[in-house]
Amino acid sequence: MSAGHAPRTLALILAVILAVGPFAPQWILFLLTIALAKGLVVLGLMLLLRCGLVSFGQALYYCIGAYAAGMLGRYLGIRDLVTLMLAGMAAAAFAAWVLGFLLARYRGIFFGLLSLALSMILYGLLLKTEALGSSDGFHVLPSTLFGVRPADAWVRYAVLAVAAVAAFIAALLVHRYLDTPLGRLAPAIKDNEIRVEYMGASARYAIHVKYVIAAALAGLGGALAATTVGHVDPEMAYWTTSGEFIFITILAGTGSVIAPFLGALIFGIIHTVAFGLSPNTWQMVLGASLLAVIVFLPNGLWSVFRRRKAA
Amino acid sequence: MAAILDAQGLNKSFGAVTAASDINVAVEKDSVLGLIGTNGAGKTTFINMITGYLKPDRGRIHYEGRDITALAPRDITRIGICRSFQIPQLYASLTAFENMMIGIGVVLQNAGRGGFLSRGQPLVPGYDLPAEEVAERLLERFGLAQYRDKNAQVLPGGVRKLLDIALTMVAKPKILLLDEPTSGVSAEEKFAIMEMIMKAVRAEGTTVLFVEHDMEVVSRFAERVLAFYDGRIIADAPPEQALNDPEVKRFVVGGALQKLDEAQAGPRA
Repeated sequence: MSAGHAPRTLALILAVILAVGPFAPQWILFLLTIALAKGLVVLGLMLLLRCGLVSFGQALYYCIGAYAAGMLGRYLGIRDLVTLMLAGMAAAAFAAWVLGFLLARYRGIFFGLLSLALSMILYGLLLKTEALGSSDGFHVLPSTLFGVRPADAWVRYAVLAVAAVAAFIAALLVHRYLDTPLGRLAPAIKDNEIRVEYMGASARYAIHVKYVIAAALAGLGGALAATTVGHVDPEMAYWTTSGEFIFITILAGTGSVIAPFLGALIFGIIHTVAFGLSPNTWQMVLGASLLAVIVFLPNGLWSVFRRRKAA
Repeated sequence: MAAILDAQGLNKSFGAVTAASDINVAVEKDSVLGLIGTNGAGKTTFINMITGYLKPDRGRIHYEGRDITALAPRDITRIGICRSFQIPQLYASLTAFENMMIGIGVVLQNAGRGGFLSRGQPLVPGYDLPAEEVAERLLERFGLAQYRDKNAQVLPGGVRKLLDIALTMVAKPKILLLDEPTSGVSAEEKFAIMEMIMKAVRAEGTTVLFVEHDMEVVSRFAERVLAFYDGRIIADAPPEQALNDPEVKRFVVGGALQKLDEAQAGPRA
């Protein structure tokens, strides 16, 4: 079950980010914001993984969220960061609600590959859509915050602050959800779906709900990434992007709602450092670190905190 | 007394195999029925049809006057018919207590309690107690308190059986179908375990249908016996009458002995 101290720890992390942010270099603010965006996607993947479902196509909703935010600016001139994030979240949640009627019927490898296929369909569609820039994507307008464009030196901090608050709220809500009867069903669905049905619950409904929540989180993360990077392209739906999210999920573990953000941050650090050291072979460092986690911490990085607690 | 469950004209075939042939059973409220028959006689098919896992090819099932033939297992559970399994169906990676909490969570969810916006500890319908307390009480009632924090997958067979049945009781079913509750339990423990189960279940006024191969257990606990053979019910009577029925003696009670005799006699010229 979920860690009991999560809300307090989350509040502490939020306070540290908000307090230290103004003094941190710009690249760290960027790294942290992207880590929060990816952490949101992984938080959703964690929900599915607790049910025993691995989505190989979560980039679908990351991309939908990003494009929804970008298109709002491009076609309607909406630039408010919070509105864009909510729009990205809503677009992804709606798409997942529709597709969930199909996907919630499948389990195991069928669920994984079907989700991968759907993300690749979006990738293909975007590649062929000239109005959205085809393979180049398009530029996302600089966002504003409640109608105000922060001074250049403060833009990154402002976006990080909004991202941190959004991630804090999302993590708290997921934490609360995991404590509801519907949220607690996840390990039961993973263990014995027949029994879940014979207890009077619908496993398919529970999975559908989790799928929509996971997509909403991915859409939120996508919109945040789009406004932070200032650009969207079809690669956001490509399978390697989904693979990256799964990578972070395995790295982080499913022990707590904090784990996905920690995993995303460590992923970002490994990525940045490895790329700086060896631009052509940085993937090898990532691969080696994943291997090390699987061998030494099969339940993810979060299990380090569990072990310390147990000791 | 009024029938709480009424199955009329149930038929079910799997290809050329007839698993149920014109099954007619009316179950009175607050009664205990023993279902007997050799393997493949149609007992579990009958339970599977009542609980919605299998749909009959023909015939209808009514529960409290309502046609439930087409309902899904979860909907049948929600209206008050629960079942246990011949092979216990548990959440293997969770502890006995967590297993109970999952079941209670479903009951709360179906009652619209304990949702995302609810505050405080919701009370479990039928018990009017918080979830943890209901879980502890049921574990206690089924003699499982000492296994509270053990993972279901490491529990002994008999204990897993009891946990499987305890799980069905979280919803306070009006009808409980027990599929071989004492299978895998040693002969010495059978009566004690059955005694505990019946005490716990009957305390709630639950109507019970149980599948059993031990005729001593059947005659001691059942008020009425349904004997199945070849997908048909060949006897429907109180235990002493049903177990002495010539057909039941031949096909059910003496079935095994007869097969043994035939095997020993060898092929006839």
